[in-house]
Amino acid sequence: MGKRTVIPFGPQHPVLPEPIHLDLVLEDEIVVEAIPRIGYIHRGLEKLVEKKDFQQYTYVAERICGICSFMHGMGYCMTIESIMEVKIPERAEFLRTIWAELSRMHSHLLWMGLLADAFGFESLFMQSWRLREQILDIFEETTGGRVIFSVCDIGGVRRDINSETLNKIVGVLDGLEKEFKEMTEVFINDTSVKARTKGVGVLSKQAASDLGAVGPMARASGVEMDMRTQGYSAYGQLKFEPIIEIAGDSYARTSVRIREIFQSIDLIKQCVTLIPEGDIKIKVSGNPNGEYFTRIEQPRGEVIYYGKANGTKFLDRLRVRTPTFANVPALLETLKGCALADVPILILTIDPCISCTER
Amino acid sequence: MGQQTIKMISANDLLVETLHLKNNGYRLVAITCTNKNGMELSYSFDKDYDLLNLRFVTDTEEEISSVSIIYPFSFLYENEIKELFGVNIKDISIDFNNTLYKIPMKTPFNRKEGDE
Repeated sequence: MGKRTVIPFGPQHPVLPEPIHLDLVLEDEIVVEAIPRIGYIHRGLEKLVEKKDFQQYTYVAERICGICSFMHGMGYCMTIESIMEVKIPERAEFLRTIWAELSRMHSHLLWMGLLADAFGFESLFMQSWRLREQILDIFEETTGGRVIFSVCDIGGVRRDINSETLNKIVGVLDGLEKEFKEMTEVFINDTSVKARTKGVGVLSKQAASDLGAVGPMARASGVEMDMRTQGYSAYGQLKFEPIIEIAGDSYARTSVRIREIFQSIDLIKQCVTLIPEGDIKIKVSGNPNGEYFTRIEQPRGEVIYYGKANGTKFLDRLRVRTPTFANVPALLETLKGCALADVPILILTIDPCISCTER
Repeated sequence: MGQQTIKMISANDLLVETLHLKNNGYRLVAITCTNKNGMELSYSFDKDYDLLNLRFVTDTEEEISSVSIIYPFSFLYENEIKELFGVNIKDISIDFNNTLYKIPMKTPFNRKEGDE
């Protein structure tokens, strides 16, 4: 047995966009155990349901995360709508799906840039983020915001997208798809990228399932789980299959996210073809009374919203189980046995969002 | 969407019921606490997209067994509930002893008169 050393990793580190701390127990250069520490950016957002009424909280929910902002607003609204047994207009369901898939694209592109930056491929990092800008431009044109959109509301959405803009979005996505294909070649075939990702941080299907992994982290290990297949919003009317890889390594997790970007482009195009005319919002009156668990698929995986209401305008409880919260144990497992130099890449391959995790 | 079921149990039956679900292929997906008429704990399990919730009501005095002996990764959920609500969860596989979030006030979801 080599000499054991404990190396503190984080909370500030060049590859970490947000603070998380790990105590890495090493034998020589190999990690034998990792103990996580969070708590640097806990904001008490769940507690705020006591001070913001259920309508106002929509905008707080969006602020749980700057990347999944739309989906947090959407998941929260779906929870309240389910408690109140509100059926929103079909056009609103399609619009929510379009914005949700655009969110997935920009989240995955952001992550690809961060991964490239982590292994020192700076031009790849810049190309990833350059493509992401096009998605943010679409958000700005359709919602008025690039990070926080405030378009999701209880009962539907607050803004429509006319057919001319929808066709324009399809045109932008066609161009982006072509450029993205070229960039994908580097992530998939470049020798130096493969050297840093292939066979690194393998998570078996059994371990992914036992450790409660979700999203691309689980699907890259062969776990067929994607909440979109349950048909919420407009997904029930779209044709798609969950993206699955079986290798369970960092390369597989990269591959899943790349394929999901192509899938999102396809889903948005299907939405543009199928979106019906009609209202985008219905009036919701009264206060919620009851409880409901909503489960949707964010870019990082399954997120669960639990809402409990008491008939007043203030909820008794809102609980958000975010995907990174679920993926931390799987991260700890993949770190065991890896080289110290691979730790930054492995932390990134779960696509950690610490703001979400701590709320 | 899949089914949502709530099964009321007693705190004493938590480990037996959880083990039974684990042996039947269920995945622990969340543990939730609500402070309303007592501490209402819900343990959510998934199988084939159906959600089964084991639920019981307790108080901050009663000792609750950690399910981390069955699902080791539950330690994050349990540390959060222990720190934010003051629920007395024992034998958590990694116990942060109320320092998970490093918050300046004790049990913010269970404030009592005179608490700082």
